[in-house]
Amino acid sequence: MSFLNVEGITLRFGGLTAVDGVNFHVEQGEIVSLIGPNGAGKTTVFNMLTGVYRLDAGQIEFMGRRIDGRTPQEIVTLGIARTFQNLRLFPKMRVIENVLVGAHIHTNYSFFQSLFRTPAFRREESEKELRAVEILESIGLGHRVNDYAEGLPYGEQRKVEIARAMATDAKLLLLDEPAAGMNPAESEELLRFILRLKEAGYTVLLIEHDMRVVMNISDRIYVLDHGKRIAEGRPEEIVNDARVIRAYLGGEREANAED
Amino acid sequence: MKKKLGTIRENGFLYVFEHFIDAHRAALIALLALLAIAFPYTPVADRSTQRIVTMILLYAMLGMGLNVLTGYAGMVSLGHAGFYGIGAYCCALLTTRLNFSFWPALLLAGCLAALVGFLLGLPSLRLSGTYLSIVTLGFCEIVQMVLKQWDSVTNGNYGIRNIPKPELFGHQFNLQNGGFYQIILALSVLTALGCLAIKRSKYGRAFQAIRDDELAAGMMGVRTARYKILAFVISAFITGVAGGFYSVINNGYIEPNNFVFNVSVLIISVVVVGGLGTIRGMFFGAALLQLFPQVFPQVFRFLNEWRFVIYGVLLVAAMRFRPQGALGWQSTLPYPLSRRTREELAHRSVLPGGEKGATP
Repeated sequence: MSFLNVEGITLRFGGLTAVDGVNFHVEQGEIVSLIGPNGAGKTTVFNMLTGVYRLDAGQIEFMGRRIDGRTPQEIVTLGIARTFQNLRLFPKMRVIENVLVGAHIHTNYSFFQSLFRTPAFRREESEKELRAVEILESIGLGHRVNDYAEGLPYGEQRKVEIARAMATDAKLLLLDEPAAGMNPAESEELLRFILRLKEAGYTVLLIEHDMRVVMNISDRIYVLDHGKRIAEGRPEEIVNDARVIRAYLGGEREANAED
Repeated sequence: MKKKLGTIRENGFLYVFEHFIDAHRAALIALLALLAIAFPYTPVADRSTQRIVTMILLYAMLGMGLNVLTGYAGMVSLGHAGFYGIGAYCCALLTTRLNFSFWPALLLAGCLAALVGFLLGLPSLRLSGTYLSIVTLGFCEIVQMVLKQWDSVTNGNYGIRNIPKPELFGHQFNLQNGGFYQIILALSVLTALGCLAIKRSKYGRAFQAIRDDELAAGMMGVRTARYKILAFVISAFITGVAGGFYSVINNGYIEPNNFVFNVSVLIISVVVVGGLGTIRGMFFGAALLQLFPQVFPQVFRFLNEWRFVIYGVLLVAAMRFRPQGALGWQSTLPYPLSRRTREELAHRSVLPGGEKGATP
């Protein structure tokens, strides 16, 4: 039984089949990448995994439990958290508050406990604050704790998103183009950070266009094109796969010219 | 540990101002409390000043009520005069018809408004933005109609008369002895403390997350529907209590016209002019909007006919040039971590963000 097992998931928007019978699996502790040209359906797969869209066919199992048809809130509670391709932070909130929202599902006190600032409330709140600061420091944002999210540079906002996802205590992190908009030095640093996540016991499913990142950290790669899975394998297998080259570069001849 | 404020030129006015207040917080609060408690016994506190200050605090409380919904959770309501009216009528009817004492009636006024807020919140879950505002606008009109038409209970357009003044252990609270002021002072301070407590908890963070990005909030596990309704309930409760208070200060008389749409607009103006999402802004906005019609006609007598035009122009200008409101700045102070957290971090000799707060 796989950690995450996706079988034949399909999603149609009217006449367009955005995701067409895609199968894949992720084992615990792996870094698996989902790549493909623009419009291949990668982000749609993430939206299906996290309960934004209902599947038209297929099923998703996570840690032995069916998660298709569940709400996003249930899925994140089961241990899958994500980041977004187009940043979706809470811009008017501080960085630490963004991360504390990530910890929302594990923050246990009642409304009246918070109203009267009971000792139980304070203990819980302080625990979550400490954890939030720890996460932010681990991702290199210790100096940004007090800042408002909208004031951060793009690359750091992406990191806050990852920190927020970590705060949910997820076991599986879905990272949607975390290196987008980063300069080479930043994406290098991000790459090392994702490897550290793996060491810390996280499982990562990654959508990424930056091939240096993908090829360097992925254990396995799945390639999507027009909603279908066209290839699977280890990085070195993928770079030489004729179908992948055709999907990315548009035909044999151009592919050869590239060599 | 004494922090250096630096000069305004180095750090900006806001930084120096906020850090000065923070450094002298206890003394300033004590001073403010002293002034607030002493006010009715000072020579300036004649009837008209008392009335104005009471109205300012009442509208600050109404502002804080709407602020929970609009400032924190990002849902704009044009129907808060409805909750205000429900609270006022509930309290007035309980005291005049059922001989309730004022205090339980006040609490029940809040509870009834909260219940209606819950019911109004339900259909509002599927709506957002303008559509939600239109529903709340309709709600305000419905309350208005019910108050006018339900003669057997509300006495229709004649309103309710002879609402008794609040008493506690034989002491009567009225305008002359500063009692009204004392009640609304206590209510508004309690409301402010409650709102602060909510804002600095997972509830307030969930509200703000929904305001900033509802989808992302849901993805982080926030049950957005539940929290939107909760925001409605809290907001309506505060507004209902404020309404209950209003029923006793208006010469013992209320009528449906006290709770028309214009009142909703005034409440929302307090929130927007003062600063969405802040507490300080509600007091400031209420002071500004209550003083304006009092002071303006006396100072600018020749402009009296134009006063509502000028009022409108000022509101539009505020929206255009300072949409965050007069006092709606982002704090330059560090995030108020709990003491336990600060001690633990100091122990590990890590100070997040150092001495400085948000870097602009």
